[in-house]
Amino acid sequence: MVKKRLIPCLDVRDGRTVKGVQFEGLRDAGDPVALAARYAREGADELVFLDITATNQRRQPLTELVRDVARVLDIPFTVGGGISTVADVEALLLSGADKVSINSAALARPELIHELAQRFGSQCVVVAVDARLVEGQWQIMTRAGTVATGREAVAWCREAASLGAGELLLTSMSHDGTKSGFALDLTQAVSEAVSVPVIASGGAGQPADFTAVFRAGGADAALAASIFHFNETAIPTLKHYLHLAGIPVRL
Amino acid sequence: MEIAVVDYKGGNVQSVLFALERLGVQPTLTADPEALRKADKVLFPGEGEASSAMQALRAAGLDVVLPTLTQPFLGICLGMQLLGQHSEENNTSLLGLLPFTVQRFVPDAAHKVPHMGWNNLQALRGPLFAGVSAADHVYFVHSYYAPVGEYTTAQALHPAPFSAAVQHGNFHGVQFHTEKSGAVGTRILANFLDL
Repeated sequence: MVKKRLIPCLDVRDGRTVKGVQFEGLRDAGDPVALAARYAREGADELVFLDITATNQRRQPLTELVRDVARVLDIPFTVGGGISTVADVEALLLSGADKVSINSAALARPELIHELAQRFGSQCVVVAVDARLVEGQWQIMTRAGTVATGREAVAWCREAASLGAGELLLTSMSHDGTKSGFALDLTQAVSEAVSVPVIASGGAGQPADFTAVFRAGGADAALAASIFHFNETAIPTLKHYLHLAGIPVRL
Repeated sequence: MEIAVVDYKGGNVQSVLFALERLGVQPTLTADPEALRKADKVLFPGEGEASSAMQALRAAGLDVVLPTLTQPFLGICLGMQLLGQHSEENNTSLLGLLPFTVQRFVPDAAHKVPHMGWNNLQALRGPLFAGVSAADHVYFVHSYYAPVGEYTTAQALHPAPFSAAVQHGNFHGVQFHTEKSGAVGTRILANFLDL
């Protein structure tokens, strides 16, 4: 059977890995190439690389850095941040990315999902969804979480999947960086609404948070940054914990 | 050793090139029939959709060239599927080297489509899997699959068994991404280079 995946996420700005809380207050977490190689060695199932300033400053992701990371990486590699055209995606795939993650551009023009799926295949189109809990409802945010779209999370996820997304990267902004656990209700609602894999993101703190998001949340993969970057939980330890808890993982 | 990677704009080849470089070989990315014929090994990666891939192969004349190659040949992912007879994906005629029909997975609550992620291999046979055991995992991303047949050299479950690898003579195919399957994938790729 297919295993539950653990995915470290490198938020990259100006060539360095950074990490904030609820998308703000960034601190330095090291050299992305060295971190990527370390995670692959430690048994990460995949790596996500997000150029977090790209959308707001309207520049391209760092294709050269993508190439440097891809060269050392023998696990799947997703790149996101500021991608808005077929040409952007082509450049990233040529640099060695295996999948791309699109967010703001897909909200601005949902047909982009379909165009990318047609051109490159659904398997390399990840739609990233940033949701924030506003008055009891999960609302979709855009432009690195700075602008509300008025869209409801489950409905948008369903639309993205039907347009050809091969996977959804679902981040709860309300939980991001807080280490208080994943948004289980949101993850479960989306997992049940779509037939494509769902990566849960935002809020990882304790090993038990991962058990919960795989079991109660129905996630196919869990993404985390802080707990891995700052050596709070090592991937091998976490995988062993999950294995003992009965969660199928690649050991 | 001359290693050729088939260049037909059929998806992401860069990861395959990097994986070969990590094994210390300098692959040539080419669509030139002569270069393909004289290579010691040919790799045929593929991603995306079957009918556009076949169209791209035909446009380059490769639908005629590839089946005539005699050296060890490795189709990866869609590159493996294209070795079959026919695909349900947009009702596409394939290269016809192996007798399978590519079918679509049917999702259920516990088995999503695409089949994406790390799955373990079973019923392994043949030189590609020297040093690889049924406990080992490799990385898959696909919505269509080749059923199990006498050509199958490895199986995986989603939830029923399907062909994770196939072989007919010099033509090998793997449904998973050797280039993205960690140390196990590297071993399989190295085994292919040793054929």
